[in-house]
Amino acid sequence: MDYVFRIKRYDPDVDVKPHFEEYTLDLAPTDRVLDGLNEIKWHHDGTLTYRRSCAHGVCGSDAMRINGRNYLACKTLMKEFGKKITLEPLVGFRVIKDLVVDMEDFFAGYRSIKPYLIAGEAPAGAERRQTPEELARYEGATKCILCAACTSSCPITWANETFVGPAAIVNAARFIYDSRDEGAAERLRILNTNTGVWRCRTVFNCTEACPRDIEVTNTIEDVKRTLLLEQV
Amino acid sequence: MAYFKYDAIIVGAGGAGLMAAIQMAGKANIAVVSKLYPTRSHTGAAQGGISAALGNVEEDHWQWHMFDTVKGGDYIVDQDAAEVLTRDAIDAVLELEHMGLPFNRLPDGRIDQRRFGGHTRNFGEAPVKRACYAADRTGHMILQTLYQQGIKHQVNFLDEFQMLDLLFSDDGRACGIVALEIRTGEIHTIHAKCVLLATGGFGRIFSVTSNAMAGTGDGFAIPFRRGVPLMDMEFYQFHPTGIYKFGILLSEAARGEGGILRNGLGEAFAERYAPTLKDLAPRDMVSRFIYQEIKEGRGVDGKDYVYLDLSHLPDELIDAKLPDITDFARTYLGIEPKTDPMPIQPTAHYAMGGIPTDLEGRVLRDASAATITGLYSAGENACVSVHGANRLGTNSLVDLVVFGRRAGRHMLDFVRHSDLPALPVDPEFLARAEVSDLLSRPKQEAMADVRRDLQVMMMDKASVVRSAESLTAAKAGLVELRSRYARAGIDDHGTTFNTDLMEAFELGAMLDCAEAVVEGALARQESRGAHYREDFPTRDDVNWLKHTMLRKTSGGLELTKKSVSITEFQPKERKY
Ligand SMILES: Cc1cc2nc3c(=O)[nH]c(=O)nc-3n(C[C@H](O)[C@H](O)[C@H](O)COP(=O)(O)OP(=O)(O)OC[C@H]3O[C@@H](n4cnc5c(N)ncnc54)[C@H](O)[C@@H]3O)c2cc1C
Ligand code: FES
Repeated sequence: MDYVFRIKRYDPDVDVKPHFEEYTLDLAPTDRVLDGLNEIKWHHDGTLTYRRSCAHGVCGSDAMRINGRNYLACKTLMKEFGKKITLEPLVGFRVIKDLVVDMEDFFAGYRSIKPYLIAGEAPAGAERRQTPEELARYEGATKCILCAACTSSCPITWANETFVGPAAIVNAARFIYDSRDEGAAERLRILNTNTGVWRCRTVFNCTEACPRDIEVTNTIEDVKRTLLLEQV
Repeated sequence: MAYFKYDAIIVGAGGAGLMAAIQMAGKANIAVVSKLYPTRSHTGAAQGGISAALGNVEEDHWQWHMFDTVKGGDYIVDQDAAEVLTRDAIDAVLELEHMGLPFNRLPDGRIDQRRFGGHTRNFGEAPVKRACYAADRTGHMILQTLYQQGIKHQVNFLDEFQMLDLLFSDDGRACGIVALEIRTGEIHTIHAKCVLLATGGFGRIFSVTSNAMAGTGDGFAIPFRRGVPLMDMEFYQFHPTGIYKFGILLSEAARGEGGILRNGLGEAFAERYAPTLKDLAPRDMVSRFIYQEIKEGRGVDGKDYVYLDLSHLPDELIDAKLPDITDFARTYLGIEPKTDPMPIQPTAHYAMGGIPTDLEGRVLRDASAATITGLYSAGENACVSVHGANRLGTNSLVDLVVFGRRAGRHMLDFVRHSDLPALPVDPEFLARAEVSDLLSRPKQEAMADVRRDLQVMMMDKASVVRSAESLTAAKAGLVELRSRYARAGIDDHGTTFNTDLMEAFELGAMLDCAEAVVEGALARQESRGAHYREDFPTRDDVNWLKHTMLRKTSGGLELTKKSVSITEFQPKERKY
């Protein structure tokens, strides 16, 4: 079946500004959008540039904007769209080339919330105990693959470069609600600022964009509630 | 171009590389070089579990785990290494938990464990619950947790740098690498006292694979070209349950939790072949059972696939313990696994062979115990050998953590006691020549066509079942593919983020890996573990209870045999 890929292209070595290019491809409705990109790169135009690795939605390499919404190209099949699809790089990120964006600020935001267990001495020769219920409290947030689909879907991040963004908040929550962790106060302090959770306007774009079905907005709301209740 | 200098460099930011880095962070000046952002590494795709004889759910002992590992590997596992693996596994899993890994738990708060193929109680009696897990995203949680520790310990990451060459000083010490900074296209020399190669596997040489697109074997090919040996390359594992055509893995945990394989007639055929362990027999065997069913016309609708059936399992169990893989079936197949069976076929999964190392991750020079000063390897890239001819499920993640840690500790000690070797003259010469050739040669053919033909050929001639005939054809095919590769060119001649160039370089590495697999497979005239020769269908301990060591010399490829360490368990016939 013929599909038209309309792709926003930009190569800093030759282009002054981005432009769109179209490619007509014969694909099956059950093919991934990534299969289409590969088909272009391998048989039509090797200069087309995008990141990819796992090809099944677990590594977070290929988040991009497809028909105005963020998806992983490898976790989205052609049949979800019409005959013509438009692909653009993530919004709110500096474009390096074509669909590849600069992830440095995104990872800096992630690092800023201390994304590691903060806890005292562990018991020798045994695990720290945690019940299935305690695990369930934060397990959803552990699914994050740092693809940036949520952060780039958030209108606040388009306007304000200093907002830490939904992905960083989800990862902070992953530790704040982990019964083994003792760093909640530090992280809540970082998030209790106008670059933290209070920037969020509860638009829910992030939840819709998450390819891992994390309840991103609710998680941010959780953190806000914790802050209000604990008055930190 | 820039020049970087460190005590140690680690190539690869998967489980093995990160575990090594954490040992040295803050204590030595190190850098982790990775062509992907660390969290994109394929360790993150691992699903089912990491084994350790914790005995949390059922009685268990590391000696039982060791026995299963040795038997699973068809007795060509080095038993001194298997002992280290299974003993250290317990402490390694606890260390991961202490780092914050969110394992599934028992009601009393201890780590839960489940069944996996080939893991048994009391030396083969019955399946045992040994695999610790975090739903069916255990690898994701390991990768995240280790990366988080890397951040905590302020590890220096050189992200999106692709290694192009490995450097040796004139007196033969490893002294650094040459790498391409993908974003700028610049080529850099990274000079160090020692180098760890932890670049994962090369499943991409086969057309149906569970491996990421980055799994192109760069870290096998580059040292191989420099005369470093590769060991047991003929042992390549095909996992029985890849999603039909996609190759995406459906973890063995699906069968560990009670899933059943069915042929086109609806029969649960595994019990016919392996009466005790049935669907949980080791992977090499189950892949051959499937091959046999299909060959005898019992594939579904006479086609080349069978079913993995979970429809009899409780919905809650599927949601709690197998959420990701059932999601894959919904996304890619449009199938609801709670009610319908999933079409599967064996998928290229894991390299048991690799760079030979000792128990500290030091790379061996040849079939003697001599090591190459300053060169280390760990993870799927390496061959210690703890997986022998067939790796047991969950044992790779153990391997990453246990031997990544040992290598990191040894390197830390090494850098404290050694100086920085001098770089060779013009260290970037080879890498620059290769890159400029790839960038400038006229395109008489697409790289993608060469790659596709390589993958199809390897699947057809050198996968689950092999013979002298098929392998000789593959060898000839490789000669032809190499000459096509030399004529193939690329479209992108730019400097910024040139993935066309990266892919072309990777195809060169894939050709080297394929050659090593075929060479080993042709030499090994027996069937053992994942290496099955139709023309030599039985195991031959008299001639082949030996590792193969393959080396590039000025006179061509040289294959020698290396003895196997046997301490506890004498080779026996392998029945399940
Ligand atoms: C789908 C799937 C499921 C699995 N499930 C399990 C399981 O449940 N249990 C289990 O024990 N095992 C499992 N395995 C096997 C196991 O996950 C892998 O063998 C293991 O994760 C490999 O880890 P690694 O650290 O060696 O390499 P990887 O995690 O593959 O990392 C390789 C690293 O090397 C880097 N790299 C590669 N080439 C270059 C280069 N040229 N220059 C710079 N950097 C480079 C990459 O960027 C990456 O960071 C599974 C494998 C797959 C594919
Ligand atoms: S390629 Fe890994 S998430 Fe899409």
